[in-house]
Amino acid sequence: MNVILSLIVSSVAVFGLVVIAFVGVWGAHLEWLFGVVIPYLAVITFFVGMIYRVVQWGKCAMPFRIPSTCGQQKTLPWLKRTYVDKLDNPVGTVAVVGRMILEVLCFRSLFRNTRLEFGNGQEIKYKSAKWLWFGSIVFHYTFLIVLLRHLRFFTEPMPFFVPIIEKVDGFFQLYVPTLYQSGLLLGAAATFLLLRRVIDGKMRYISLPADYFPLFLILGLATTGVLMRYVLKADVVSIKELTMGLVSFRPVVPEGISVLFYIHIFLVSVFFAYFPFSKLTHMAGVFLSPTRNVSNNSRIVRHINPWNYPVKVHTYAAYEDEFREKMIDAGLPVEKGAPEPAKPE
Amino acid sequence: MEEPLKQADVMKGTRKEEVLDIDHSPSLFKRGWMKTPVDIRPSMHCFAGEPARLKVVDFPNPRVWSAMDEDWKLPTNWKEIVMDAFKVRLDRFRTFKLFMDICVRCGACADKCQFFIGSADPKNMPVLRAELFRSVYRKNFTTAGKLLGPIAGARDLTIDVLKEWWYYLYQCSECRRCSVFCPYGIDMAEITIIGRELTNLIGLNIDWIAAPVAFCYKTGNHLGIQPHAYKSMLEFFQDEIEIVTGVRVEPSYNRKGAEILFITPSGDVFADPGTWTCMGYMILFHYLESLGLDITWSTYASEGGNFGLFTSHEMMKRLNSKMYAEAKRLGVKWILGGECGHMWRVVNQYMGTMNLDLAEGSNLEEPVSPITGTKFENTKSTKMVHICEFTADLIKHNKLKLDPSRNDNLKVTFHDSCNPARAMGLLEEPRYVIKNVCNNFYEMPPTTIREQTFCCGGGSGLNAGEDVELRMRGGLPRANAVKFVHEKYGVNMLSCICAIDRAVFPDLMRYWVPGVEVTGVHEMVANAMVLEGEKEKTVNLRNEPLAGTEESEDV
Amino acid sequence: MYDGGKIIAGIIIGLALLTFPIWYTSGRAAPKPEVKLPVKEKECVQPGPYMKKKHMQVLDLWRDSVVRVQQRSYVAFNGKEYDMSLQNTCMSADCHAKKSEFCDRCHNYTGVVPYCWDCHIPPKEKPEEKH
Repeated sequence: MNVILSLIVSSVAVFGLVVIAFVGVWGAHLEWLFGVVIPYLAVITFFVGMIYRVVQWGKCAMPFRIPSTCGQQKTLPWLKRTYVDKLDNPVGTVAVVGRMILEVLCFRSLFRNTRLEFGNGQEIKYKSAKWLWFGSIVFHYTFLIVLLRHLRFFTEPMPFFVPIIEKVDGFFQLYVPTLYQSGLLLGAAATFLLLRRVIDGKMRYISLPADYFPLFLILGLATTGVLMRYVLKADVVSIKELTMGLVSFRPVVPEGISVLFYIHIFLVSVFFAYFPFSKLTHMAGVFLSPTRNVSNNSRIVRHINPWNYPVKVHTYAAYEDEFREKMIDAGLPVEKGAPEPAKPE
Repeated sequence: MEEPLKQADVMKGTRKEEVLDIDHSPSLFKRGWMKTPVDIRPSMHCFAGEPARLKVVDFPNPRVWSAMDEDWKLPTNWKEIVMDAFKVRLDRFRTFKLFMDICVRCGACADKCQFFIGSADPKNMPVLRAELFRSVYRKNFTTAGKLLGPIAGARDLTIDVLKEWWYYLYQCSECRRCSVFCPYGIDMAEITIIGRELTNLIGLNIDWIAAPVAFCYKTGNHLGIQPHAYKSMLEFFQDEIEIVTGVRVEPSYNRKGAEILFITPSGDVFADPGTWTCMGYMILFHYLESLGLDITWSTYASEGGNFGLFTSHEMMKRLNSKMYAEAKRLGVKWILGGECGHMWRVVNQYMGTMNLDLAEGSNLEEPVSPITGTKFENTKSTKMVHICEFTADLIKHNKLKLDPSRNDNLKVTFHDSCNPARAMGLLEEPRYVIKNVCNNFYEMPPTTIREQTFCCGGGSGLNAGEDVELRMRGGLPRANAVKFVHEKYGVNMLSCICAIDRAVFPDLMRYWVPGVEVTGVHEMVANAMVLEGEKEKTVNLRNEPLAGTEESEDV
Repeated sequence: MYDGGKIIAGIIIGLALLTFPIWYTSGRAAPKPEVKLPVKEKECVQPGPYMKKKHMQVLDLWRDSVVRVQQRSYVAFNGKEYDMSLQNTCMSADCHAKKSEFCDRCHNYTGVVPYCWDCHIPPKEKPEEKH
């Protein structure tokens, strides 16, 4: 699908979702549907779907150990390995866990990223390109902070870390209510990730509607959230009454919550429900990647392939049968029919 | 098989500027890739497997066909066969299933593939090459794909899609460079391996792989060298060695009761510059005999490489079985393996799992160097040691008498072969050896070596003659890095530890970086070795005058 | 399942983390807070619903007005004039005299920590006779 069409399809889809929620609540007064039923269904879909996904992956065999080794192997005792080698070419659980922590929390592999510069003539360069890594780190971590901040709507009393996060996040005390840097950065990072898909020719060519849709959805989420907090304002006490109703399984729909909130929670619901069916499953999949989460130790320990089956081979006996005469003539040892030691000369 | 050296002439008429006039950024208005049909270009693909090869190993649908023809002569139920096999493999390989599901198309891999860098064909970006498969996966195995079709990036497996699969499966050299950069470790090599397995089920393959597989199955090696010929080829090397060094080496074959079985790729027995590496092994073993080395060659297990890896997991296992079978028959204690790339991927990551049960009841035990006493603990299970590990250990313990100045005519750089680098991590051993046997060693830029190394352009069975444009393009990033050190330090020798490298690089260097020769590491080791009873050496194994002896030669 | 133990452990950890609000709340929704409204005074400087959502912006405006331009007079929506003062107007004896019964109720419930009290001292609350 061409980039323009992809952009249209995915942005129209997100806009359509906004319209659905707006019409549903403002026109048809389906507050219960959008505030309670759909969020419940979405969360159930998320959990059931993600567990189903992971179990499906788990059911697939891991026949061979095929880690991508990115450092010196464990070998001769005198050949010293650096910490980087031990992590990038792990042997043993501790090293594998270390490699996975780096991968999951620090995006280690993405940190290696380089950018091709294909000059005319024969000048080919690979420049360091940390922007993708930086953008992704900012995107994921600010998303996490935003999620954790939202715990203020889902817990009562709040756990100790929520006020701390809020305090740090609003450190500069700009604007009233206090501006959170995480929100700003999340928006910026999502925009960056979107723009690079549109501007870079390669990215444009490989991107599918399934790449633009979640980004538009997240930008939609962020926009409605920002509008609620800073611009149009919302009745947070009533909202918390609703959200606490959800987590305590005693759902209520208080009066006086603006339609904007329902749009926001509808987009969140779609986001959660979409998760297991999309590339967003990388959240769980990254833990299972067989090129990262195993030791490079198959010369040290035998690894068992659960579906290893016997195969047809060409045995030595068959080989010798075919070439026996020639082997004897060439003076090569044979198993059967070797010339008797009684040599005429 | 075609003689590759002649085929490089095809490229001679093509100006480098023309080859390099490519644009890596598809334009804004370019049609989406799904709707862009494959354009199968000559010289960018290999000839189809000949029916005789497939019959040897009982492979399906043997027939004469060509990728350039409209009709590929497939069985009528080809789609069913492929999709059934696809499904089976989703259950068998977590890699395959996971890599179909979790790619986010972040593009980190896009400009990492040498075939994309050299050809700018967007479908050679690993992400897109994988999408060729993911799109079919989505259509057949996911709800969203079934319902939404192209909007969800899904499409049917049509004959055109199948042709696209085949074309790009044989433009990937399974080098795993993309997997190093992928944030989820998605490995295109794994998809290519499984993809080739699928196409082989309906008789789609290439002769440059099918032929070595058939040969290897019957004669024990890719080149189809029969036992007596194998011996006479090594005899020829014995003569050569004697001429250069004055020492007669005596290898033994299929010898029962030897302590060690030596297995190396047959390419080293067959063509320059691999032959000089092979002579290097022979000289090394001769030297070590007096120190207690008891080693034998085998004509049955006469192939280290394994083109089965480029065919299917089953074929890989069938060919690999000879190593343990022969080790058991001869009663050796352990196996020593020569310089080879994909061979070591198989040995390190597959062999033990696939075939170790064949070694039951054998004399195989944890390898110990008979010369230094070093235990190779890292090979405790598989019982197979890389010759660079072995030699590095010898040098470390001062067991070799070396005169590195004998390699003073060389300015050497080292190419990490894909598989030993990214499927093993054999990075320091060869460097340690090289630095001890020659005085002038220069590294290529860090983004082109070690785990970030580039393919030679002919890996995974693509080193044919007819796809020379593909090879020159795929080898461009490596050649460019060599050119850099060639111009900066005057590097004139590209060393490597892979038989395919040694077959591919001479052409590549001739085209992109004239003035750089290719060598195996053990050729340099042998040239630097001071042998008991050697004559005064004036030339190296290539019959080239040693540094410092040219003047006397000139007279 | 292959590596089932590790995968199930992973699922459980993931579930435990992601369902934190549910088990933390464990079915007991804290009741919505009720603020104690002034008995005597019936009108605020703006209508109730407006103040509910935007009081922080009104107070912000007051602060800027008083501190930066020394303008202390505020004309309310009903035409009455008020002295812009958190302590003397908002929290006068007739209005929201008790921070704990008005401000804090909602702020605590929604996790808001306003920085008003970085500078202002809330009026002393007389320990009233308990009902």
